[in-house]
Amino acid sequence: MCLAIPALVVELLPADMARIDLDGMRKEVSLSLVDDVAVGDYVIVHVGYALQKLDPEEAAQTLALFAELARQP
Amino acid sequence: MSKAAYVRPLDMAHGRVDMSHGSGGRAMAQLIAELFAAALGNEYLAQGNDGALLPQINGRLVMSTDAHVVAPLFFPGGDIGCLSVRGTINDIAMMGAQPLYLAASFILEEGYPLADLKRIVDSMAQAARAAGVPIVTGDTKVVEQGKGDGVFITTTGVGVAYDGVTLSGDLAQPGDKILLSGAIGDHGMAILSQREGLAFDAPILSDTAALHGLVAAMIASGAKLRVLRDPTRGGLATTLNEIARQSGVGMMLQENTIPVNPAVAAACEFLGLDALYVANEGKLIAICAAEDAERLLAAMRAHPLGQRAAIIGAVLEDARGFVQMTTRMGGCRMVDWLNGEQLPRIC
Amino acid sequence: MRYVDEFRDPVLAQNLSASIALEAGAGFGYRFMEFCGGHTHALSRYGVLGMLPSNVQMIHGPGCPVCVLPIGRIDFAIRLALEHDVILCSYGDCLRVPASDGLSLLKARAQGADVRMVYSALDACKIAADNPQSQVVFFAIGFETTTPPTASIIKQAHAAGLKNFSVLCNHVLTLPAMEAILNQPGGVPLDGFVGPAHVSTVIGSAPYQLVAQRYRKPVVIAGFEPLDMLQAILMLLRQVNTGRAEVENEFTRAVTPQGNRKAQALVNEVFEVRDAFEWRGLGSLPWSGLKLRAEFAQYDAEARYPEMHFVSVPDHKACECGAILRGEKRPQECKIFGTVCTPDNPIGACMVSSEGACAAHYTYGRYRDVMQEGS
Repeated sequence: MCLAIPALVVELLPADMARIDLDGMRKEVSLSLVDDVAVGDYVIVHVGYALQKLDPEEAAQTLALFAELARQP
Repeated sequence: MSKAAYVRPLDMAHGRVDMSHGSGGRAMAQLIAELFAAALGNEYLAQGNDGALLPQINGRLVMSTDAHVVAPLFFPGGDIGCLSVRGTINDIAMMGAQPLYLAASFILEEGYPLADLKRIVDSMAQAARAAGVPIVTGDTKVVEQGKGDGVFITTTGVGVAYDGVTLSGDLAQPGDKILLSGAIGDHGMAILSQREGLAFDAPILSDTAALHGLVAAMIASGAKLRVLRDPTRGGLATTLNEIARQSGVGMMLQENTIPVNPAVAAACEFLGLDALYVANEGKLIAICAAEDAERLLAAMRAHPLGQRAAIIGAVLEDARGFVQMTTRMGGCRMVDWLNGEQLPRIC
Repeated sequence: MRYVDEFRDPVLAQNLSASIALEAGAGFGYRFMEFCGGHTHALSRYGVLGMLPSNVQMIHGPGCPVCVLPIGRIDFAIRLALEHDVILCSYGDCLRVPASDGLSLLKARAQGADVRMVYSALDACKIAADNPQSQVVFFAIGFETTTPPTASIIKQAHAAGLKNFSVLCNHVLTLPAMEAILNQPGGVPLDGFVGPAHVSTVIGSAPYQLVAQRYRKPVVIAGFEPLDMLQAILMLLRQVNTGRAEVENEFTRAVTPQGNRKAQALVNEVFEVRDAFEWRGLGSLPWSGLKLRAEFAQYDAEARYPEMHFVSVPDHKACECGAILRGEKRPQECKIFGTVCTPDNPIGACMVSSEGACAAHYTYGRYRDVMQEGS
């Protein structure tokens, strides 16, 4: 019900804004809902706002779990 | 005895279109002479009449017309000028014909900068020259400020069908293969990237291109072509649905064979759009007999505008005209008609 | 796209699909509700539904803000634009939704209303700053994901001293709707929920404990990518098969138990819960919607235009959207599905947005019904 996509933060801008990159597509989004975002982080973007930082370790673990499950059957 | 009156040249740098430019008087004649004729000049336009007298044409004539409105008028990769020339060339080419001549008619809005109009007309001239299809006649009208959107251009084309070639949207047969000439969605996304309130930066250029050269190469390959169509408004999905309905057949596509440039795919994800429905201005769909598909593909890939051509699916027996697609995931779904204008969504 | 493409791997998807078939066995059927319309849309669009065994049925839930938005709220917005000459800013999703008198926001624009599509609440605020002579109303819709941006923009307008900006608030809450479904008299046979992805990035996974504990239904919060959804379905099957009813989180890369505290605090500062809010298809639900707090009344379109009020508009009699949103019926079981009611001419709530249950089935899945009829 809410379209959002992980995007890479490439530049921090004034007024709590940041430039994000998604495979070459760049847009300015607001960081006003999240704390401690740095260039190189991935954030989940919805209607021009970063909603949450993406946790790369958790992402890796989830993918590892898929791969493990894939071996089981 | 009369002396030629001095006529101050049009101020192309700072001048603007005014109502007199459409009045039929001297100002209009001057605009035509200094701007249109100067840029587009060819022997037929030089006849200076209300129409062009053209040489005899042998063969079946094809004629097509297209009204062009686009906002913004200048967009990444093109402008309304080149678009209006190539759009009609492509419509003629999709009929299996060699485009020969174009006519162009302009509706200009009072106050539109002449400098921008000149850029547009120059772009048309360049596109027509590169395509080898002259603009042989034209017309200009001016509407009051607020009653137009800068410039509207209608182009009409005439061409001659290739001997022995008859293409039509109702000729697709079960078993035929569906080919696509390249990556989809670039034009629509280039336009959207400029839209007020949406604007984003992306390395996306309109794919605007004249496809008659590619079509000539495809016909020269000897493949048994049944349908050619350029998936403009409504994108690939809508055009395939039109053909399926016209021919009374179904289709099965393979999602992983349909090329999409990464930035277009990313922008689609970001805005909640589906590249299958995003407009193209330099791509074509071909449907041909299965046994000729590889030959046709090779001919397309050998042409600069078909380097990323692919066989994207096949025609099925299905009187209901459903277009289905095996997804990248290995699942299956329908690819339906576009419902209204595709709008960016948040959910 | 990093963190997207990896979660669309076709080989892993086939393996997960095989694991699901193994776990589901040949026995009785499983009925899971994906609450969120984004999941509904993705299940159809990626063809995931076709990768599930026939005894695993997905029931499409009411988590589509456009679908559950009552017609009367759109009428309200249209009247503001037509009668009060405001600049009405809306997300693209709402523009085509049919309202009363054959109107929609797009059709109102054709009648002269100044209706503008925005991608972000930020754009609506900018339009207000650029047009100081006009009143600008932002038509705010959405669940907990979309609410924090609205809260943020109200604070920003306040800080900037904008006098010509207000919000017509239609923000709704996930858990009251889940509870409404679970509280149906007679009860709906559901074995568990696929929990929303992005709502949960804001509210966290903890609030769903209510569903697991009070109603004994498993919940697995899942991301929007196909592998996420397959994995969540597998986790739900395992819970059911081992007799568990827990909240599990498949979307750990973005969802924590407590969620986004900063966003929650901002929402609490600007909004309060309404006594009741009408949901299209579900009726009036207590404590299910948000309104602006009194301190922010100057940004509340409902307070600014007190002569305007919400008029409830009943749905078409033949429309089965209520039963479909509650999981009692499937789209193809509605008499007007695909005949009178289509995405081009939507009659009911579930057809108005691409993520509505009926629109998703019509657009992506109806060829299957035909095949079943034909065979």
